[in-house]
Amino acid sequence: MKTLFERSVKGRHCSILPACDVPVVKPAEAREKALHLPELSETDISRHYTELAKQTFGVNDGFYPLGSCTMKYNPKVNEDAAALEGFTAIHPTQKDAQGCLKLLSMMEKDLSEITGMDEFTFNPAAGAHGELTGLMLIKRYHELHGTPERNKIIVPDSAHGTNPASSSMCGFTVINIPSSEDGCVDLEELRKAVGDDTAGLMLTNPNTLGIFDKNIKAITDIVHEAGGLCYYDGANLNAIMGIARPGDMGFDCIHLNLHKSFSTPHGGGGPGSGPVGCKSFLANYLPGERITVKDGVYAWSERGSESIGKVRGFHGNFLVVVKAFTYLLTLGKEGVPEVAKNAVLNANYLKHLLEDTYDVAKPGTCMHEFVLTLENLKKETGVSAMDVAKALQDYGIHPPTMYFPLNVHEALMVEPTETESKETLDQAAAAFLDIYKTIQENPESLHETPHNSPIGRPDEVNAARHPKLRYHFDD
Amino acid sequence: MGSYIPSTDEQKREMLEKAGYSCFDDLYHDVPEELKLHGELNLESGKSELEVRKIMKNLSNENTVYSSIFRGAGAYCHYIPSIVKSVVTKEEFVTAYTPYQAEISQGVLQSIFEYQTMICELTGMDVSNASVYDGAVAAAEAVSMCITPKKKKVYVSKGVHPDTMKVVKTYSWAYGNEVIELGLKDGLTDAEGISEDAACIVLQQPNYYGLIEDVHALAAKAHEKGIQVILSMNPFAMCLLPSPAEYGADIAVGEGQPLGMPLSYGGPYLGFMATTQKLMRKLPGRIVGETVDHDGRKAYVLTLQAREQHIRREKASSNICSNEALCALTASVYLAAMGPEGMKEAAVQCYSKAHYLASELEKAGFGRIYQGDFFHEFVTACDDPEALNEKLAVKGILGGMPVEGGILWCCTELNSKEEIDTLVQEVSK
Repeated sequence: MKTLFERSVKGRHCSILPACDVPVVKPAEAREKALHLPELSETDISRHYTELAKQTFGVNDGFYPLGSCTMKYNPKVNEDAAALEGFTAIHPTQKDAQGCLKLLSMMEKDLSEITGMDEFTFNPAAGAHGELTGLMLIKRYHELHGTPERNKIIVPDSAHGTNPASSSMCGFTVINIPSSEDGCVDLEELRKAVGDDTAGLMLTNPNTLGIFDKNIKAITDIVHEAGGLCYYDGANLNAIMGIARPGDMGFDCIHLNLHKSFSTPHGGGGPGSGPVGCKSFLANYLPGERITVKDGVYAWSERGSESIGKVRGFHGNFLVVVKAFTYLLTLGKEGVPEVAKNAVLNANYLKHLLEDTYDVAKPGTCMHEFVLTLENLKKETGVSAMDVAKALQDYGIHPPTMYFPLNVHEALMVEPTETESKETLDQAAAAFLDIYKTIQENPESLHETPHNSPIGRPDEVNAARHPKLRYHFDD
Repeated sequence: MGSYIPSTDEQKREMLEKAGYSCFDDLYHDVPEELKLHGELNLESGKSELEVRKIMKNLSNENTVYSSIFRGAGAYCHYIPSIVKSVVTKEEFVTAYTPYQAEISQGVLQSIFEYQTMICELTGMDVSNASVYDGAVAAAEAVSMCITPKKKKVYVSKGVHPDTMKVVKTYSWAYGNEVIELGLKDGLTDAEGISEDAACIVLQQPNYYGLIEDVHALAAKAHEKGIQVILSMNPFAMCLLPSPAEYGADIAVGEGQPLGMPLSYGGPYLGFMATTQKLMRKLPGRIVGETVDHDGRKAYVLTLQAREQHIRREKASSNICSNEALCALTASVYLAAMGPEGMKEAAVQCYSKAHYLASELEKAGFGRIYQGDFFHEFVTACDDPEALNEKLAVKGILGGMPVEGGILWCCTELNSKEEIDTLVQEVSK
């Protein structure tokens, strides 16, 4: 479809601003090159974006079992709360913002309770940003404890790609350790990897195969005994919140993805929010100011010179925190574990419906997600994980995460979340089984999918070789 | 308790049974008993939607909503056209994930492609990414683009926003870069002593104190020494003053919040980043490119992913995974609604109203403390900014930001002459 620029007609415009009511003055130097922005009426703009919206698949459009992304339903009351003028019109430096401070303070208390941590910062703007922050805490800890030579971060091979990337940005060297056959941390490999140079371990539990690592306490003990700290990647918290707490498992710091477990929308790739929590011995290192309360009056106070500083301007993605707080108010102490249990139930139910047909990477009970491996299927029929993913689009289902985790070949990672009904899961299973039938009858046809989307599979190689990253005007 | 779980108890039992479990506890057999929470969480009980709405409304009422705002300092109050909210609340855009599945994400991909184009037009640069978390992070990520194993020294002007300084310092500390603050002379960056061994210099236009820096001269001086120029610039200033490219910036960054995003107590905001063809493959974050599908139809995809964390892992150019897609969309719709004339008009009004306020305040005894010209913010002397702001607050006015030496005022197109005159009357009392 046409771009905004192709729809533009010279001289067309919306009526937004009144005439200037003070004497007009201009600076001495001026921009030389004409400013090319689209010239459109409000009708043009409205129809353009309505059309673009129709070519975008959101959680409201259908089942979205994108593994590791926790694409649960985004409640509308959260959006209403975040749209209140008493939140949106508040300047980040204004003092009389007791409502904002109180909300952040209550949220800090709730998240500390759910994770078993002592303090939180809302400064990081996303999950990866939270990881970076958590690693900075570990770096600061070793710096201040006379062990700056501890510069290695241990990351299992099943980890999210952001884990090693965040480690590098902190100047750490990454030690990748292979998982054991059951997809969990191999204790022997871990014992071999730790030493005087260990800064810490980054781990998500349940892991990316959807398995709860039952050796978790032994793992954190090994790292602690070697003098390292343990970082919990909260991406998969949805499976265990209200059931078990990372703090009790021996983790020292954690990031949460409010846009995963706490139901805030992903916005097509942000804004998210990645609050970081830690045990009290790390709390002075957290970025941003601390919320304090005295005689019922809330205020920001400096953390002091041990703080790592700031990882983002102001106080983080505040409105995202408003949405997540609204969600927690709704769920309460009863609702939080219900979420986890039903997320796990839905995953196990869907896995059960599929496991006689497709190979599951790790049989047995899964947590909130499970991973299919299409390695054998591909060998036998030539149909890949990508083909099955694309075929699912034609059934109105967003494909699962493909080719992740890296330690599973031809992986499809399926996370149904707790907000899907039994009927939806039954229909999804029927789609998977129907595709399997097609694979047996006419495997070639799978390479042509999807058929019902606005475009077919794009030529990504061409896109990377001949980057066209903006619209070019004729003149 | 409130809940978004659709399955009925009957269905849950049926599903458990089918999957081979007798109860929920069976699902957690891998979790060691001693790690399980045996009591309730120490949270309040869940609530109905009606109760939740009331609680949130009451909390929001504990904040003061000002009827007129004369403060910027990194977060700017501009008029937001109605079409912006209408578009950015469309559920497809709000609830979609990062567009990995291009076939069913053409809408969000195209919107980012359009955003990239408009950022290139504003900045005059060749390539834009799909955005990062905010302006401060954009500056810090830009520094990472310039650092080499041999050059790990970074100059940062004290004229940048204090949070930009903090974030650049934090990222630099983590990575092992050396940050050197460049002092100000009469409010403007003093780059006299800069030396060849630095990788880059970070400047802001207009600077934190509202002053228009002589970026031409600063950039020329930096380039003479082989130092790359990172310019953080206000998007409205780009419509009136030379663009970052015209100033000679190698990387243009900035805070995109003024482009249609409400103040929101500091976020979500939008960090924009654009650079030259030469530095394209060093840009962090998502980038959308145009290509074709197998039938030759125009198609948009996430591209140049060989830079990114999910492919390169520890060798990636950054750990950034998401962008601020919905904020980038907000900026695009805002720019489309304003158009080139509307943007220029808003910029002229920001400049004109700030100058009107400055001259009126001067008459009232609040003289500017720096000589140079300014865009839409300026510092006047003020003995007790906190006391002045308390006085103004009673009248529903958010006064300027207390800064060293006085108070930092801001005007945008939103501040009418009447509001400005009222402010001046109040401060004169």
